[in-house]
Amino acid sequence: MSTPIRELSFGQAINEALRLEMRRDPTVIVMGEDIAGAAGREHLGLSDAWGGPMRATRGLIKEFGAARVIDTPIAEMGFTGMAVGAAMTGLRPVVEIMFVDLIGVCYDQIINQAAKMHYMMGGKVELPMVIRTAYGTRGDKRSYGGGAAAQHSQTLYSVLAHIPGLKVVVPSTAYNAKGLTIAAIRDNGPVVVMEHKFLGTSAKGHVPEEAYTVPIGKCEIVRKGKDVTLVGIGRMTHVCLEAATTLAAGGIEAEVVDVLTINPLDEETIIESVKRTHRCVVVDEDTPVCSMARDIAARVGEAAFDFLDAPVKAISSADTPVPFAAVLEANYTPNADKVVAAVKEQIG
Amino acid sequence: MKTTSKPTAEKLAWMYERMSLIRQFEERLKWLVETGVPVGAVHYYIGQEAVAAGVCAALNADDWIASNHRGHGHCIAKGVEVAPMMAELFGKVTGTNRGKGGSMHITDITKGILGVNPIVGASVGHALGAALSAKVRQTTQVAAAFFGEGGAGIGITHECMNMASIWKLPVIFVCENNGYAQATPVEYASSTAKISDRAAGYNMPGVNVDGQDPVAVWEAAEAAVKRARAGEGPSFIEAKTYRYFGHHQGDDTLRYRLKEEEQAARDRDCLKQFRAKMEKSGPLKLADLDAIDAQNKKLLDDAVEFAKSSPLPGPEELYTDVYVQAKGGAQ
Repeated sequence: MSTPIRELSFGQAINEALRLEMRRDPTVIVMGEDIAGAAGREHLGLSDAWGGPMRATRGLIKEFGAARVIDTPIAEMGFTGMAVGAAMTGLRPVVEIMFVDLIGVCYDQIINQAAKMHYMMGGKVELPMVIRTAYGTRGDKRSYGGGAAAQHSQTLYSVLAHIPGLKVVVPSTAYNAKGLTIAAIRDNGPVVVMEHKFLGTSAKGHVPEEAYTVPIGKCEIVRKGKDVTLVGIGRMTHVCLEAATTLAAGGIEAEVVDVLTINPLDEETIIESVKRTHRCVVVDEDTPVCSMARDIAARVGEAAFDFLDAPVKAISSADTPVPFAAVLEANYTPNADKVVAAVKEQIG
Repeated sequence: MKTTSKPTAEKLAWMYERMSLIRQFEERLKWLVETGVPVGAVHYYIGQEAVAAGVCAALNADDWIASNHRGHGHCIAKGVEVAPMMAELFGKVTGTNRGKGGSMHITDITKGILGVNPIVGASVGHALGAALSAKVRQTTQVAAAFFGEGGAGIGITHECMNMASIWKLPVIFVCENNGYAQATPVEYASSTAKISDRAAGYNMPGVNVDGQDPVAVWEAAEAAVKRARAGEGPSFIEAKTYRYFGHHQGDDTLRYRLKEEEQAARDRDCLKQFRAKMEKSGPLKLADLDAIDAQNKKLLDDAVEFAKSSPLPGPEELYTDVYVQAKGGAQ
C-alpha cells in the first residue's frame, strides 16, 4: 500500500508547527501585526484577512480565537516587551516582527531584555518566547527581484547572533522550518526564527503530519562530498546545493553543510567536515562586516588550519544597502556562480 | 476613581513599616557608598517611599510589578527581603540575582517582581505582558508598572497605554513624577502640566495624587486595582514626588535645582508627615512607629552582616545561565 507523500510549502510548514503547538499547549499565544487581519470585524463576516507576510499564521484565529491569536497595533517595541513580560509569567508567546528590517524599533526588548533576563536574574527566570521574522532578497536573476529595496530586504541575523543569550535559527526547508519552529516554542529561553521570504519551491517538500523537533544548535550535512565543504545559511544552502551540482559535473565533490542554528553555532560539524575535505567556502546572505560568514571562516581557520589546502573563503552579500533594481539586487546577493568560482579558485 | 474605603490601622502600619524600611535601606546604602564600599551604580529612592508603599499596599502577593532604575523601594514594598537585596549590591552569590544583576536588575519573581530595569520605559512592556498573561490564563492578577515622568515620554509607554486600553488589560501605569529626568526638569520635557492628562488620550482614567502621602496613593491604587480586577481595563496614576538626592550616587543636584526647592520638598517628607498625622489623630501611636523603625534597623544590621559574610560567586559563574537549559525532556 503506498501513501502519497504530503508536501508542504515553507509557510504551510510553519503554520502547521504553530497550530500543533497551540493545540498541545494552551499557554502558547501568537501576536503581531496582521497575523490574522481584519481584527474586530467578525460582526461584518470578515476575519483572517492577512495571515502575516507568508500567510504562516493564516487560519489560526479560526481555531484558537482572538484571545490567543492577537493582532496588535503597529507597536513592535510594545508588543515585543509584552512578550517578555508574558513569558516571565506563564505564557509561551510567539511574536512576529513582520520583516527583520523592523527589528531596530524593538531592538532594546530583544538585546537588552529578552536575551539577558535569564543571566541578569541569576538563572531564576525563564523566558520561553519566540520571535519570528522574515528576511532576505530574491536575488535569483529573474527579470524582477524581490523589489523591496534597502528597508524591506535585509538579512541582519548577524546582529542577533552577536547577542549572548539569544538563540537564532535559520531554517531552509519546509521540513526543518516545522521542526525548528516547534523546538523554538518548546525551548525555555528566547529563540529568533529567521524565515526567508523567497525560498519558493526549493524549500517545498515532505513534511510529516505529526509534531517533531529539529534540534536547535545542530548543523546538518545535506550533501556528502570529499573535495570542499560549502557552508550555507538559510536560502544560501540552496545556492550551495546548486553550486555542488554544477561542480559535480566537473568532477568536484562538494559537501554541503546547512548551518540551521547560527547561535549557538555547531562548530564541530563544520570543522569535522573541513578536516575531511580540506577546503571551505562559507556562503552567507548578510553583509560582510562582522558577519556569520567571517565568523565561521575565522573559527574554521583557527581550528582546522593544519588541514586546509586553501584559505577559507567567505562569500557575503555586497557591503551596500540592498538595491531596488532587479539587475542590481541579483549582483548584490551571493549566487551559485560565485560559489563555483570560489571553489575553482581554491582548487586551482 | 473615588473610593470610600479608609485604610485600616493594620494597613497604615504596613505602609509605614515599608516606607521606614526603604528609607533605612537607602540611608544604609548611602553610608556604605560614602565609606567606599563598592556597591556599583545606585539610584537612591529616598523621598519617594510613599509611592511604592501606597501602590503595593493595594496589591496582592501574586500580583506583579515592573520597576525602573530607581527600583530598590519598589522591590522592598512588594516584599523582597532586604538581606538578599543587600547581598546583590555587594555582588555576592547569595544575592537576589546571584551577584549577576546588581542594583539596576534586582528581582525576585517569586515576589511578583518582573525586574528592576534601567532601560527607561522597557519594563512598562513587561507589566503589560504580565497583564496579558493574567487575561489569557483567566486569573484575577493585576500588574503595576512604575516609571518616572521621564519614562512617560518614551515610545513604549505610549504603545503600551494604547494596547492596554484597546484590550482592557489589568494594568496600572504608575508615573512617579519626581521632577527630574537626570538633570532635565519636567516642565521643560513634558508637553502637559500634568502627565496624568495623557491618560485621556488613551481612554483610561488618569489621576494626579500627592506622592508624599501613602494614603492618597493607596486610595488611587485601590480604585485602579478594583477596576483592573473587574475587567474594566487600565488606569493611570501620576504621583507627584521628589528625589532628595542626585540621579545616582555622587550627582550634585545643585547644578540643576535650587536649595530652596529641595528644602520645600523635604519639609513635606512622607515619613515626617505620616508621623505628624498619626500623632495628631491616630490610630497608630508614635511609640508603635518607633518600634517599627527599631525593628527595621535590626533587619538592616542583619542584612549588611549577611551581605558582608556571604561568598562571592565562583569564576565559573561567568558562564552559567547564559542560555536557558532544557529541563525534564522539554524537547
